[in-house]
Amino acid sequence: MTNAQLDVAAIKAQFPLLQRELNGAPLVYLDSANTSQKPQSVIDAMSTFMEQSYAPINRSAYQLASEATDAYEGARTKVQRFINARRDREVVFTKNATESLNLVAHSWGRANLREGDVVVLTQMEHHANIVPWHMLVQEKGIQLRWVPLTADGQLDLTTLPQLLDGAKAFSFTAMSNVLGTITPVQQLCAAAHDAGAIAIVDGCQYVPHNVTDVQAWGADFLAFSSHKMCGPSGVGVLWGRESLLDAMPPFLGGGNMIADVRFDGFTTAELPAKFEAGTPPIIEVVGLGAAIDFLDGIGMASIRAHEAHMAALAIATLTERFGDDIQLHGSTDTEVRGATFSFAFRGIHPHDLSQVLDQRNVCVRAGHHCAKPLMRLMGVNATARASFYLYNDEHDIDVLADALDGATDIFGF
Amino acid sequence: MPGLEDLYREIILDHHRNPRNRGELAPPASHAVGHNPLCGDEIDVYLDVTDGVVSDVKVGGQGCSISQSSASMMSQAVKGKPVDEVRALVRRFKGMMSIPDEDGNPIEPDPSVKLGDLEALQGVVKFPVRIKCATLAWNTLLEALEQR
Repeated sequence: MTNAQLDVAAIKAQFPLLQRELNGAPLVYLDSANTSQKPQSVIDAMSTFMEQSYAPINRSAYQLASEATDAYEGARTKVQRFINARRDREVVFTKNATESLNLVAHSWGRANLREGDVVVLTQMEHHANIVPWHMLVQEKGIQLRWVPLTADGQLDLTTLPQLLDGAKAFSFTAMSNVLGTITPVQQLCAAAHDAGAIAIVDGCQYVPHNVTDVQAWGADFLAFSSHKMCGPSGVGVLWGRESLLDAMPPFLGGGNMIADVRFDGFTTAELPAKFEAGTPPIIEVVGLGAAIDFLDGIGMASIRAHEAHMAALAIATLTERFGDDIQLHGSTDTEVRGATFSFAFRGIHPHDLSQVLDQRNVCVRAGHHCAKPLMRLMGVNATARASFYLYNDEHDIDVLADALDGATDIFGF
Repeated sequence: MPGLEDLYREIILDHHRNPRNRGELAPPASHAVGHNPLCGDEIDVYLDVTDGVVSDVKVGGQGCSISQSSASMMSQAVKGKPVDEVRALVRRFKGMMSIPDEDGNPIEPDPSVKLGDLEALQGVVKFPVRIKCATLAWNTLLEALEQR
C-alpha cells in the first residue's frame, strides 16, 4: 500500500523536535491526540513577532501597537476562514478548548438553563464536556442525558429523538479522543435543532485532522485548541453563532470586555472583545495563525486522507502481527474513525506498556484520557493510546509493532 | 535513560504475577480506596487491627505492575506488625521514594526500620512518573489506619 496523499518526509523535516534523537535513536511521537509538535514556521512566527512587533493590542495609539493588533486580529480572520465561520466577530480566543466549553456552559448555560432543563451529552465525551455540565447540575438542578454507544464505539442513535425530546442543548464530540470515532456532526446538529436544542460541538480532536465547516454543519458552538493543531499551547477557540453570542452574558470580567465601567455598574463590549477579558495570549494567537497557514498549505483534505490511510494500515499491521493479543478499541471502518487508537495488549497494564515502549522512543499515552465514564463503560481503568498525525509515516507503525513485541519479553505473557 | 531492569526487578514481577493477600475483609475491618487520578488506577486496602497489631490485611483493585507489586509487598510487610512500626515503615518507604515529610524536608532513613524485599522498589525513583504508582498502596494504607 503506498501513500500518495502527503510527502510525510518533507513535512516531518519541518518539525525541529522530530529531528531530535534520544539515546541515539529517533523519536516516534504517537501522542498527537494529547498535544501536537510544532513546525518551524510556527516557532519562527512567534519569535519574529516577539522580536519585531510585540506590543499591547486594542488599546494604544502608537504604530507598534497597531502592528501587534493587526497580527492578532489577522489570526482571528484565519480561524474564521479555516472553520468557514460567517464572520470573524464570532471567533473568540480562550485559553484552550476546555475554557471554551466552560464559557458556553457558564455563560449560555447560566442564562438559559433552569431547574429540570435537559442537556444531552454522549457517553464518549472528554471530562471537559462533562464536568462543566455536572457543575450546572449541582448549581441549577439541570438534568443530563447520555447518548449510548454501539459495540464498536460509535454513537447509537436509535433513541436520539427521545433523548433530545425537550432538551435545551446537545453537546457532543466530533471525534473521540479515546476511540477515534468521528461522529456525524451535521446529522447531530440537525437532530438537536429539530428538538429545539442548540448544538455544541467539541472539535478538539476533529479540527486538527479534518476539513471543518461550521456553516455546513449547522452548529451553534464549536470549541477547539491550538496546541493539538501544530500551534502553541495557551490558546483555544470558541466559535459561536453570532445571535447566541450577542445574547449571552459575559464570562470573565475585566479589561477589554467592557464598553463602560461606572461606580454603579458596567456595560459589555461588542463581540468578540466581550468574551476576551484581560490581556489575551497575543503571541500564542499569532502562533495559531501561523499553524493554520501551515495546515492550509498542506490541505486539510489531504491530511484527513493521509490519516485514514494510516488508520487502515495500523489496523492491518497490528492485527496481522498480534491477532487476538491486541484489542483495538473503536471501529475498524476508517470512514468513521481517525488515526487515534486506544488498545489493550496481552494483559500488560498500559502504564507498563508505555514505559517499555519509551525504551524505543515510542511516545504513547497511558491512562484514562480524561474520559473516566467511558473507561468505566469499557470496563477498564486505563488504556494505552497511539495517535498519528500528518508527520507520522508507515515506518512509525512498524516501530510501534516491534516495540510492542519487546514488551512481551519483559512481562513474559 | 535508566534501564528497565532497574524498574522491573524479578521480585517485582513475581509480586505482580502472584499478588499476595488479595481479597477483602468484612467490617469491622477498616477499608480505604486509593485513586491515582493520573492513570485511573484504584486500590482497596482492608485492615484488621487487634490489640494495636495489624492482624490481617487484604488488597483489592487494579493497577500497573508497580502499584500492584508495591501493594502486595506492603501487605506482606505490615501483616503482624504493631501499628507504630507500620507507620515507621511507611515513613521509611516514602523516604526511599524521595517523598518529603509534612514540612517538606527529606526523610532521613531510620536504620532500625528494615525494608527487606521492599528495597527492590528503590529503582522506581529513577522513573519519577512511577513514584505515584509505588506509593498509592502506602497512602491508602495510611487512610485505612486513620479510619480506625
